[in-house]
Amino acid sequence: MTITTPHATAKRQVHLVAHFPGVNSHTVWSAPESGSQIDFSSFVHFAQTAERGLFDYVFLAEGLRVREHGGQIHDLDVAGRPATLAILAGMASVTRNIGLVGTLSSTFNEPYELARQLATLDHLSNGRAGWNVVTTSDAFHGANFRRGAFLPYEERYRRAEEFVTLAKRLWDSWDADAIVADRSARRFADPERIHRVSHSGPQFDVTATSTVPRSPQRYPVIVQAGDSPAGRDFAAANAEVIFSRHTAFEDGQAFYRDVKGRLAATGRGEDSLLILPGASFALGDTEDEAREHARHISLAQTSPQTAIAWVEAIWGQELPGLDPDGALPDIDPSDGEQRQGQVSTNVQDRVARAAQLRERARREGLTLRQLVAAETAKIEFIGTPVTVASEIDRYVQGRAADGFVLVPHITPTGLDEFVDRVVPLLQERGVFRTSYGTDPETGANPTLRRTLGLPAPQGPSGTYAVGPHPGVPAGAHLEGAVA
Amino acid sequence: MAPTREIEPSDRLVVGVALDGAGWHPAAWLDADSAPESLFTPDYWTRLIVVADDAGLDFATFEDALRLRSFGSVSSPEDALRTSTTGCDAHAIDPAGSGARPEAVEGRLDALLTASLLGPRTHRIGLIPTVTTTHTEPFHVATALQTLDFVSQGRAGWQLRISADAATEANFGRHRLPRVEPANVIAGRPDAGLNERLDDAAESAEVARLLWDSWEDDAVIRDVSTGRFLDRNRVHRIDFEGTHFSVVGPSIVPRSPQGQIPVTLLSHSPRVHALAAAVADVVFVTPENEAVAAGASRGSSVADIVREVREAEASSGRVERGLAPLRIVADLVVALDDSSERAADRLARLDAFAGSPLSSDARIFAGSVSEAATLIQRWKSDGIDGVRLRPVSLPTDLRRIADELLPELRSRGLAADAAPEGRSLREAFALAPAANRFTARTTETQEVAA
Repeated sequence: MTITTPHATAKRQVHLVAHFPGVNSHTVWSAPESGSQIDFSSFVHFAQTAERGLFDYVFLAEGLRVREHGGQIHDLDVAGRPATLAILAGMASVTRNIGLVGTLSSTFNEPYELARQLATLDHLSNGRAGWNVVTTSDAFHGANFRRGAFLPYEERYRRAEEFVTLAKRLWDSWDADAIVADRSARRFADPERIHRVSHSGPQFDVTATSTVPRSPQRYPVIVQAGDSPAGRDFAAANAEVIFSRHTAFEDGQAFYRDVKGRLAATGRGEDSLLILPGASFALGDTEDEAREHARHISLAQTSPQTAIAWVEAIWGQELPGLDPDGALPDIDPSDGEQRQGQVSTNVQDRVARAAQLRERARREGLTLRQLVAAETAKIEFIGTPVTVASEIDRYVQGRAADGFVLVPHITPTGLDEFVDRVVPLLQERGVFRTSYGTDPETGANPTLRRTLGLPAPQGPSGTYAVGPHPGVPAGAHLEGAVA
Repeated sequence: MAPTREIEPSDRLVVGVALDGAGWHPAAWLDADSAPESLFTPDYWTRLIVVADDAGLDFATFEDALRLRSFGSVSSPEDALRTSTTGCDAHAIDPAGSGARPEAVEGRLDALLTASLLGPRTHRIGLIPTVTTTHTEPFHVATALQTLDFVSQGRAGWQLRISADAATEANFGRHRLPRVEPANVIAGRPDAGLNERLDDAAESAEVARLLWDSWEDDAVIRDVSTGRFLDRNRVHRIDFEGTHFSVVGPSIVPRSPQGQIPVTLLSHSPRVHALAAAVADVVFVTPENEAVAAGASRGSSVADIVREVREAEASSGRVERGLAPLRIVADLVVALDDSSERAADRLARLDAFAGSPLSSDARIFAGSVSEAATLIQRWKSDGIDGVRLRPVSLPTDLRRIADELLPELRSRGLAADAAPEGRSLREAFALAPAANRFTARTTETQEVAA
């Protein structure tokens, strides 16, 4: 970068997110210290630990159907999770400053209801709400919903785009000063400051007014995780945080440049979007100890049964008699479509992937289970607290990331050691906050958007209002209407 | 559904409150004790629920609707149409005609999320949010309620409600069901739109109950020797296929502390009594009310309504399915005297502010604590299991309920002492621990095999 700014010498600040351990093989349930994945006490411990560590926000993934493997419920991994919004409201109750971000589908929700719920969460948390917008469209998940699999794959982002646009209009449907609560004038709310939103598009055709007054942040912080070109464009237009998969340093830098480069076209500044890759960690008192710890975690994440299930998913068939301590199957994978909802990620060319795996096993002398552990149980940060803090700092100063979404492998205590040992070192380096900046006079907490250092939503109040609330003379409140 | 062991209903009344806005009078925010600027803050709801929880009230319900209040307040006979069914909106008259009324409270937070915030801040009170079914996803509704049950450690309930008004439909913009004709609803005639919404609600409730059972209590086994986190034989698809929708399941949420969350329903008519008998545990009713808003129950005595509900139960086959009798809880809007102002005077003052007398689907009581207790005593002797008090002014009337009326009911032996911390809502309604219909099925299969 050749651009010099007045702040160029100031150290770039690290942002940290605490990802509640997921419903997948990365979450180790077999360890003695592993606790409940569903009891509220686990969410209390996790959120309060992250808040003690001054993290930016707690993050929850979403799963709208219990995972299956081979047409049966997948039984090897942690399964079962709370509904996203309700647990976030519960966590708002036991925290004061930390942000609360949930993953919610733009496919299997309707804008009116979801916008209302997110605005409610923003009120109930005093401005700490965020929404990770995800798109889904497949029949596997659709089978749990009224509309089923109604959305063609290629229209996912078009719906998400229209969804977010409409949601923002609903969040703006009450002006910030709509509630006057003026006893002498006997006016609770000013009807002229409450607007009806009319929207007609390919996905939604609504005439609506939110029931929720303007929330503290106006909009929840918008997070997005898609990685396709369409996903990146969606992010550049809408997202304030990207939950990225690009964890290698150079790859991270390339992604960072690519996405931030798309911002100008949408009239946004580089500082209006944070890029936070997901990362796991293994700490030790020495580098050797950390490596041993990482090896231990990887094997715990890859039980013999998990290793076989992973291979079966890639081979696209059941492989009876496979020995986890032996070699990969001799036969080649079937070339059928992988069933949706199965564990493991999509594989484009199964035969080529199988050949690649065989080659790695041969080259490194790995058993089937060791190979799967090496392929899947990737741990980004392995080292002493000093080296991990230094590495995180290097990514952020090098513009490979603005920080990380940390994914511990143990529920609910997996973050404790990081908070106790790494966070103080980041603070010593001058790259991480030492308080949330709670207002000393009022005790008011910062909003999530302020914690993230992001600009407030742009655009005048009522920008999106295209019609007055019923009962108000037409044209009474159209100032700044652009729609 | 599998039989549940019968528990005798308590000889004491279940006593709860219905929380909404600044109180049940649209002008209640004008009261000196009201905090109108804070109605949408977590602190406001926390202060209210702590009063109710500390006093030992058995439950609190939270009103909700997916539309502005001005599209369906119960402050005029016309608006009252909406509550002539389940508190469900038959207000299909042109919504553009009902403008926002600046003198009345407007706006609402999502009730389920509000209850979820309050779960960790309370110890024994049941938390019963209104969650509507007509335009919502049954899967989301069921799993969110399970989550509330976890967050409150077994104190979640559900006030099921449909929405039948055009304004709510326009908010969603998906036209699935025929319009409700208000004239039919007022006249007590069958209405295709209403019936479809009630049928849809019944399916939503059935799906919720199936999903709530879809994980058996001991499904998580964490068996290191076989590498299995859960026993897939104890996690069940529900494969529900109804007229209105289908849901495969299982739930994403493991079985919650109560297993089956108490389902409640506000009913003003035999048609809705029948829905309650089919799907609910508790029915809220509105006796002794001459207002049009009481719908088909207008002018009915407690005894009339109790008889109607029991008839609906008898024809629903509820007993044959092993379900406990519906708990019948009577609604009462209350304004209570204090030393500085009679409740009737306060009500008149608020009516003057609002420009019209308060009208409600439930009987409105304004008077002394002693008179209120006597009324409730009479209702109890006529066969109700509980009362739900709707405070005219918040926090004023809630405080008087907590500090004076509830102690008075206790001293008369009508209400039990405060429950211990951690009591479940099922226990509050004297409902036996819920059997899991999938577990029962598994057990039967094993017995046959043996």
